[in-house]
Amino acid sequence: MSKRFDPYPHVWRLPLLIWQGLFFVGPLLLMVALSFWVVRNYRMEPAFVLDNWERMLGREVFWNAYGVTFRRAAVAAALASLIAFPASFALAFRVSDAARRWAIFFLIVPFFTSYLVRVYAWQVLLAESGPINAVLGFGGLGPFTMLNSAFGAMVGYLTLVLPLVVILQTFSLAAVDRTLIEAAWNLGASPRATLFRVIIPAAKVGLILGFVFAFILSFGDFVSPFYLGGSKPPTLSILIIDTTKSGQQWPRAAVVAVMMILTLFAVASAAVGAAYGRRR
Amino acid sequence: MRAGDLLARLYLLALFVFVFAPIVTSMVFSFNSDRFPTVPLGHFTLRWYETAFARPEVWTAFRNSLIVAVSAAALSTALGFATAYTDFRYGFRFKQAYLALALLPPTIPLVIMGLAMLAWLGRLGLSGTLTGIVIAHTVMGAPFAMAICRLRLQQMDPALEAAAWNLGASPWRAMGTVVLPFCLPALISAFCLTAAVSFDEFIVAWFVSGLNRTVPVAILEILQGNVDPQINAIGTVVFLTSMTLVVVAQLMLLRRTAR
Repeated sequence: MSKRFDPYPHVWRLPLLIWQGLFFVGPLLLMVALSFWVVRNYRMEPAFVLDNWERMLGREVFWNAYGVTFRRAAVAAALASLIAFPASFALAFRVSDAARRWAIFFLIVPFFTSYLVRVYAWQVLLAESGPINAVLGFGGLGPFTMLNSAFGAMVGYLTLVLPLVVILQTFSLAAVDRTLIEAAWNLGASPRATLFRVIIPAAKVGLILGFVFAFILSFGDFVSPFYLGGSKPPTLSILIIDTTKSGQQWPRAAVVAVMMILTLFAVASAAVGAAYGRRR
Repeated sequence: MRAGDLLARLYLLALFVFVFAPIVTSMVFSFNSDRFPTVPLGHFTLRWYETAFARPEVWTAFRNSLIVAVSAAALSTALGFATAYTDFRYGFRFKQAYLALALLPPTIPLVIMGLAMLAWLGRLGLSGTLTGIVIAHTVMGAPFAMAICRLRLQQMDPALEAAAWNLGASPWRAMGTVVLPFCLPALISAFCLTAAVSFDEFIVAWFVSGLNRTVPVAILEILQGNVDPQINAIGTVVFLTSMTLVVVAQLMLLRRTAR
């Protein structure tokens, strides 16, 4: 065999390295660096100071936003997981394979369909004089204030994450070995015991993945807390946008962004540990 | 049917109603005459479409979106295929890290991508340009394209490519006559899906775009104002576009896997 250089494998391997290096890793590293820069006369200058970090992390506004964002994302992920579970269970065990495929098909469609317009539609639906309150009004209820509240934001988060959570849960539940379930039945396990001690542990990975993706998406989302949650209290993403768009304080926005990435990284690692760890 | 089955079906129905309610709402109210949408409905009208599409900036936004979506989809698909093929064909050191790099972008919150891209593209002199948006959307679309192509390659017998080599075809020729034709449905699928991703993405586009607005960025700017049924009209067109793309993307994959 000659040792001549063969370009073939590199033609396929290198484009990703170059592109993601230039336009994914590069921007993120610059953003981390940015958090140490200084702003003088509305211009950013490269430096290495901890000023931005001290200012952002020393502020109550930041920690309030952090608490709200984390709590809401956790609640959204938990709610989405709980709401999705009966549906995923039904799709995995109670309908035909064809029906399951179509259901997944129709859940993938909205996941990739303009989230912004869907949130706008919720703004219409949930308005004080909107269709939902009008219908409730016929029954003598309401009107309820649903917009600009934690409830509104939660509806938005669920709109964003529910389809994905159902898909992930359904896949993992459908992959549970049926003979395991039959064995549990034959050994006299109650339906409840079968669910909690056989099915859920066997489908653990997908259930945790669903929770984590729901958390990641809700944690970083800006649209729902802004347009449905009324941006009070602000979440971290709203804080980033406010800080960026109002006068060149990019370094401080970068501090918030780095904190968000670190948080997501910690949550994701913990979840991977929970999903794959403690297994023989 | 047992009671449990009925209950399960009702629950599923409720879930799908929740998921599709906003899409249906937008469509229904785009044809409804009331300025402030509620029930009972007003009468049927095309007024919101007429006013929305009488605005030149809406047409410009659609043109921008089209340019960006097609370019980003083409780039994402090429990049995604090359990466999927690498993963399929080769083992090498740091492959885990390589794959992580390929699949990580969708886990970074869009607001953060927006800020990072704004700073980076500014340094490259690309902020405020459509090129900048194309670059950002390619980063975000490539992982999806990679996943689709990888799934398709999984169905290909690796011996097929080896057989072509044994018959004297160069790797390039084998790629062109065996691998690429086999992956064609996946390539079309990836193109459609990444076009939809780009067409719907607005946060990074909003950060980066400057005056070159894409459709969702234009919607975002109208939204800053007030409730406006024109958004339902534009939104309906956006929904139909991206839903068509995602449906085609899925059908391309399902059609061949069924065999």
